Amino acid sequence: MSLSSKVTKMQQPTHSPAVLLEATHVRKMYGDEKRTKHGEIQGVLVLDDVSLQIREGEFVAILGPSGSGKSTLLRILSGLIHPTAGTVRYRDALVMGPDPHLAIVFQTFALFPWLTVLENVELGLEAQDLTRTQRTKRALAAIDTIGLDGFEDAYPKELSGGMRQRVGFARALVVEPELLFMDEPFSALDVLTAENLRTELLRLWREGRIPTKAILMVTHNIEEAVQMADRLVVMGHDPGCIRAILNGVPLADRLAKTPAHEHLVDLVYTIITQPDEDAGTIMAAQDGRKEQPVGPTATPKPSGRGYQSLPHIKIGAVNGLAERVQRHDGREDLAVLGRELQMELDDILPLVEAVELLGFGEAMEGDLILTDAGRRLAEGDELQDKEIFREQVLSNVELIRQMKEALDRAEDHEIQEDQILEQLEEYFSPDEARRQFETAVDWARYAELFAYDGASGLLYLEDAAPTSTQ
Amino acid sequence: MAQVYLPERSEAQVRPPRGPIQTRRQNDATPTQGQRPGFADAIVIIALIGAVALLVTAASRWTAEQNPAIHISLQPIYLPLYAGLSLLRMMLAYLLSLAFTLIYGHIAATNRTARRFMVPILDILQSIPILSFLPGVVLALVAIFPHSNIGIEMAAVILIFTSQAWNMTFSYYHSARTLPVELREAAMVYRLSPWRRFIRLEIPFAMIGLVWNSMMSWAGGWFFLMAAEQLQLGNRSFQLPGLGSYLQIAANAGNGGALLLGLFTLVVLIVLLDVVFWRPLVAWSDKFKFESVRSTEAPESPILDLLRRSTIIEWFSLHAAQPGSEWINRQIDRIFHNQSASMPSDESTPAPITYKTVIGWGIGGIIAVLAMIGCLLALHALAQISLLTWGTLGVDGFFTLMRTVLAMTIAVLWTVPVGVKIGMSPTWSRRLQPIVQVVASIPATAFFPVLLIVLFKLPTGVGINIAAIALMLLGTQWYVLFNVIAGAMSIPSDLREAADIYRVSGWRRWRTLILPAIFPYLVTGLITASGGAWNASIVAEVVQYNDKTIATPGLGSAIAQAAANNTPSILLASTLVMAFIVVFINRMVWRRLYQIAERRYTLG
Repeated sequence: MSLSSKVTKMQQPTHSPAVLLEATHVRKMYGDEKRTKHGEIQGVLVLDDVSLQIREGEFVAILGPSGSGKSTLLRILSGLIHPTAGTVRYRDALVMGPDPHLAIVFQTFALFPWLTVLENVELGLEAQDLTRTQRTKRALAAIDTIGLDGFEDAYPKELSGGMRQRVGFARALVVEPELLFMDEPFSALDVLTAENLRTELLRLWREGRIPTKAILMVTHNIEEAVQMADRLVVMGHDPGCIRAILNGVPLADRLAKTPAHEHLVDLVYTIITQPDEDAGTIMAAQDGRKEQPVGPTATPKPSGRGYQSLPHIKIGAVNGLAERVQRHDGREDLAVLGRELQMELDDILPLVEAVELLGFGEAMEGDLILTDAGRRLAEGDELQDKEIFREQVLSNVELIRQMKEALDRAEDHEIQEDQILEQLEEYFSPDEARRQFETAVDWARYAELFAYDGASGLLYLEDAAPTSTQ
Repeated sequence: MAQVYLPERSEAQVRPPRGPIQTRRQNDATPTQGQRPGFADAIVIIALIGAVALLVTAASRWTAEQNPAIHISLQPIYLPLYAGLSLLRMMLAYLLSLAFTLIYGHIAATNRTARRFMVPILDILQSIPILSFLPGVVLALVAIFPHSNIGIEMAAVILIFTSQAWNMTFSYYHSARTLPVELREAAMVYRLSPWRRFIRLEIPFAMIGLVWNSMMSWAGGWFFLMAAEQLQLGNRSFQLPGLGSYLQIAANAGNGGALLLGLFTLVVLIVLLDVVFWRPLVAWSDKFKFESVRSTEAPESPILDLLRRSTIIEWFSLHAAQPGSEWINRQIDRIFHNQSASMPSDESTPAPITYKTVIGWGIGGIIAVLAMIGCLLALHALAQISLLTWGTLGVDGFFTLMRTVLAMTIAVLWTVPVGVKIGMSPTWSRRLQPIVQVVASIPATAFFPVLLIVLFKLPTGVGINIAAIALMLLGTQWYVLFNVIAGAMSIPSDLREAADIYRVSGWRRWRTLILPAIFPYLVTGLITASGGAWNASIVAEVVQYNDKTIATPGLGSAIAQAAANNTPSILLASTLVMAFIVVFINRMVWRRLYQIAERRYTLG
């Protein structure tokens, strides 16, 4: 039982618009057939106890780091996949499959390359009982609205990314959906094209030129979410859950970089970069007078895995980040960092996580602050960097420490990768175990702790390696 | 016929690389498109009349009184008719293969329960040579149609089908299983009915692989045409009028002139088909390529441009084809009404029991019972086979294995240097590609008799062995060559430049750059070629020439003779031995090599 049900009640004013879609206590497990070493069947929990309402007239954005299950949530809400537990209701009717009142715009556009623009848009209407003429007429109208006229007979591959996503929008809007879902619709586009399309969509939506009653967007771009949404749902990972639901800034403050806008961006960054902190505490600590946050929801539970999980980050990036923050006197605002490095949440979060895990820095109040080791790393030369990195890895990374110890103990100072992988698979899915292993090997190779032969899958100690770790 | 087995990597490597070496058309302007009837329409009309005439002739033959061994005249005047009849048989077999592919491939890809049986069955089927199907097919069909030729004709068509279908089905299955997730989701969100999903998503996505594999299937069909038109079954022999029979009769009679003339007709037919059918199809299917940017070099076909300009075809498409398909779609949707928006079967939730599940289990049960009866009959037949015979078959298998290994070795030895040379030099590939393609598409069985004239001057034992290996080689080396060319063309120019700058040359260049880069392609080619070589053994190890039949010990000749003598138990046993060896080699050798290739030597 989370607080989310309380939250939604709290938020209900006296005459609120009708609820269109409601998810209650949704859970989702994947990979039921996966077995651990001990033969227990256990799935990976990707969504835990999510409750959410979408009301008429609302633009809701779902934000979160990768692995927070935001795309899964969108697919459950749309009826594309079943929740393992909990229910989704559309206007009080249980959602059992893709809903005719709903359309999705995909990140990768999902256009059929063998159909022309017109045929792609008509595809949205094929399930409806219309004559060919009616279908074509409606498709042409949608193409017109979205600014694609003249391209009816073009094939998707002849169009630029922005035009292709317009086809995606036209195909979604032609079915006149009450609910429009968008799964990172602008993230495959370049900055200017994305901005252009965003503005145009908002104009259509606010002027009521599209029949859509509510929009739900998944994104990992915080600025985009603040710019567009009336409500922001911030999700956390391991397992995916709703950490906070925040009200958006007033319309007037959306496009301009007003203090309210900046404040909300900062707040979201702070919440997301401190996954172990309770969202309510963060909001209370932050200046909470200006916008009333709707409230904290699920308190993050201690990670259920019981094993440290490594972010899959290359060492060069950690070094680069440390050097950059050092140039800003060892403390930099993450929102600014993200904007200037053109990195979205999914890129920057694992990086921050790696920096924290290795003890080079700490995320605090939306800023990244270098530790002593972090400063030394930023200033050191290549050899010193390796030395510092080796120390930090051995004292902070459980997996690498264990691998090194096993190698020291082993007779020939050799072990098979399977041994490590088997252990990891008790905590991770086979794929993730492999990735964890590969990240550990990458870090350990940089630290010159041990070597690995990919062809034979053998880990071994190099005699010549400078092992000054004792 | 194990023509192609595409394990993971898709058909991209098997196809001859023609894209990059084509010159672009000079002038693309066709301002008078679809204005008034013209040259294109005349050609369309002539083609239609020709097709109708051929159908009428063939139909009158099919319904005529049964004549198991029609006289084949070696007169050149009959050649066009024979060629037409053979072509018709090939087309019918191909249509059958296509229907089989779509149905079998679709079910195997979408039904999880059925898949578990259907894929291994397909794997075994493709390792069974054409002659093993012969007695069953012929006896059954001749028994069903005892008075007309239609039974024998159908038998020939089905035999050709068994040399065409499997690789197409594999390709389709592979495509249908790897549909892009986002397109599948889009089809679900927009609630396409299963039928519309099939025609809008599944078939288009599989189209390119299907077209390329169809071309390979036709090559396989031509290869076994002679075996399918001349059926020997115990003391009964069947002969169908066609190009295959013509070639066989000419060879038997030792008539070199007729043999060459028949061969020439076949080459003309194959080249013509390539120009008027396959190239347009390849150019047309380019729009199904799943790519996000338009490739700079799209395949082109003047014939396709001509057809697109034809007013007859335009009128037909606008007034008949489009409304017609729309009507069919509606009817099918109506029949399967209310099944459109079903929730996908999630791995974690058991599917609710519907009448479809019940029907599915019913069909499954019937198939299982039939399979059980078949197994019992097979066991009964096998029980009659002595240990000695099994031993002989094992030794035969060893002989054939040695021949395939030798053929593959020779293929690698000459195709690697030549293929790399062609692939790495734009000039050479522009000059040689069209020639190589035509040469490769001529079925080796057809010019084999010409080769025999020379080989039979050698001592018998040596001659037939060389002949057998030569036929295996001729039939399958092209897969290796095309793949090596594709591999060499895919070597990134920066790697080649790096090798130049660091002066990596000679053997070191081969070892560090060329061989690793072409290795995955080479393995893909060899997988196809080795399967083909095993299947070719049935025509390679037994040779009829000048009214003599010469055989050499081997699994292929064992199968061929068991089929000709109509000894079903031995046929079954030898087929099982071959299927076992082929599947075993696929699993133990090729699949592993392929995994290594994929893990270590895949560029990019």
